[in-house]
Amino acid sequence: MAYDSFNILKSTAVPLPIENVDTDQIIPARFLKATERVGFGDNLFRDWRYNPDNTPKADFVLNDPTYRGKILVGGKNFGSGSSREHAAWAIYDYGFRCVISSFFADIFRNNCLNIGVLPVQVSADFLERIFAEIYADPNTELEVNLPEQTVTLLATGEKESFDINSYKKGNMMNGFDDIDYLLNMKSDIEEFSKTLPL
Amino acid sequence: MSKTLFDKVWDAHVVRKIEGGPDVLFIDRHLIHEVTSPVAFLGLRNRGIRVLYPERTFATADHNTPTIDQDKPVQDPLSANQLKALEENTKEYGIRHWGLGHYKNGIVHVIGPENGITQPGATIVCGDSHTSTHGAFGAIAFGIGTSEVEMVLSTQCIMQPKPKKMRITINGTLGKGVLPKDVALFIISKLTTSGATGYFVEYAGNVFEQMTMEGRMTVCNLSIEMGARGGMIAPDQTTFDYIKDREFSPKGADWDKAMAYWKTLKTDEDAVFDKELVFDGSEIEPMITYGTNPGMGIGITDEIPSAEQVEGGKATYEKSLGYMGFHEGEPMMGKKIDYVFVGSCTNGRIEDFRAFASLVKGKRKADDVTVWLVPGSHVVEEQIKQEGILDILTEAGFTLRQPGCSACLAMNDDKIPAGKYAVSTSNRNFEGRQGPGARTLLASPLVAAAAAVTGKVTDPRTLLK
Repeated sequence: MAYDSFNILKSTAVPLPIENVDTDQIIPARFLKATERVGFGDNLFRDWRYNPDNTPKADFVLNDPTYRGKILVGGKNFGSGSSREHAAWAIYDYGFRCVISSFFADIFRNNCLNIGVLPVQVSADFLERIFAEIYADPNTELEVNLPEQTVTLLATGEKESFDINSYKKGNMMNGFDDIDYLLNMKSDIEEFSKTLPL
Repeated sequence: MSKTLFDKVWDAHVVRKIEGGPDVLFIDRHLIHEVTSPVAFLGLRNRGIRVLYPERTFATADHNTPTIDQDKPVQDPLSANQLKALEENTKEYGIRHWGLGHYKNGIVHVIGPENGITQPGATIVCGDSHTSTHGAFGAIAFGIGTSEVEMVLSTQCIMQPKPKKMRITINGTLGKGVLPKDVALFIISKLTTSGATGYFVEYAGNVFEQMTMEGRMTVCNLSIEMGARGGMIAPDQTTFDYIKDREFSPKGADWDKAMAYWKTLKTDEDAVFDKELVFDGSEIEPMITYGTNPGMGIGITDEIPSAEQVEGGKATYEKSLGYMGFHEGEPMMGKKIDYVFVGSCTNGRIEDFRAFASLVKGKRKADDVTVWLVPGSHVVEEQIKQEGILDILTEAGFTLRQPGCSACLAMNDDKIPAGKYAVSTSNRNFEGRQGPGARTLLASPLVAAAAAVTGKVTDPRTLLK
């Protein structure tokens, strides 16, 4: 599925300084029953966001109008657990285009890259600085620059670079997905399948 | 150059290496289920492309399925719709489908090995993180997202960078009442829930060599719970004996050829790992978790550690204990239990029910505990009956449900009510995993059995003969 290309994102950010946020929290299993990719944003962080009677929990950050933006900033080991791509879909569908953390779970990171959400891994110290700046001024803006591979706190100019492999970077900047690439090498794949040991 | 087991299997499947990018990896076997496949089929349809090798994909319904009255229509319309979508998609694209009611139906990671689909040296993926289970056979097996399910359907390949390699070696003799689940929970408690992220793990040492295939599957299944992409164990005679004569295992001359290849699948003596860890098997005790991730586990007779002793921020730790209704320094022993769940791709195999039955035999289910015993497949269900285990269970006051993922992730009606405590043999104790507000204590089938007959957290060693 194609997605919007990603180049430079300037935005305020939503802080979620909890560690080990697992994909069951991002989107609980009971909301995985769709056969189409629609409406997942409504259930993003469902059980942290709503009471059992569906009223919003006032103390959860997504219900606090102070914080908004296209960047979600999470604690260490963000996206652990289940492989459900629905977690990345819910984040995208809600309106986030980038998640910043000091550490990501593998499958979640892959899923994000495959659907157009940029996972940006920063140092633990810089993550602390980002949280501190957001709490000091919720209107503070961050710049995530994919071509340069940098994150900048615009108010102070503090900057850190992040890693992404050049293939995935190209995909994100152009809105391409892996299937386009694989379909173009199908004859190679068919040849290769004849050389397998078993 | 010397290679690890992982290198040998991975390298044999690389179709193309992309400079500064991932490897294009050929996938031998693809397992699909109703929850993570529909959008992938939708993608195929939108692009107007076919499934490249339909015979390499196997479908089962498991995540959503009810565990009672499976012969009747599925009540939940959304679940029924997903099951119908799987049936229609597999029919349209010519994929083998063992749906609800089929005698081969069951949890995807139980039926793969049962039918000989899982083989050493293979690359196996599924839109489910516990695909790591199949690594028990010396396969590279891991969970993928739905975009990747679409890639495998359309091109039989995915694109991923090669992970780093870790070896976890455990030698020694396991104590009485210590099961493979305890070994896995012990490892995860040492590494934390993210300690193996970025790595593919090989398990080595006599503790794993002496395990049955069921035990090895439990260990490899839980690799993802410390962040590892997967875990694997070198195939040996135990592996070959398990695979022989199953429906999709090689036969005749193909078997001999396969065996010759499979016997080469072990780590070379001087191969180098990015990280090596060694533990002593005799130190492992029956384990139980007290928090909201699988790394928060302790020996069953230990006390809940303080925030300072646990990796992760204090706020996260307090949120976790607050959710569980537990406090630092408390013992786990004696805590009252409301539910017991035995099942899942982690512990829903015959050996798990044998272990459970061995403890409850001649005892009675505690009155105030609800116990859900859910076999991983119809084959397991049948074995339970044939081995006389069902008689033992019935006599002790237990009933058996029908196969499926069930309360492990509570997508069907098998939900633990809010605030209730469940000792579960499944794989995740995340907030709300077994139902909104449910509180999960992960443990082995023996610890589950001890809770089922006493109604509280009990050391199974005190009840074993």
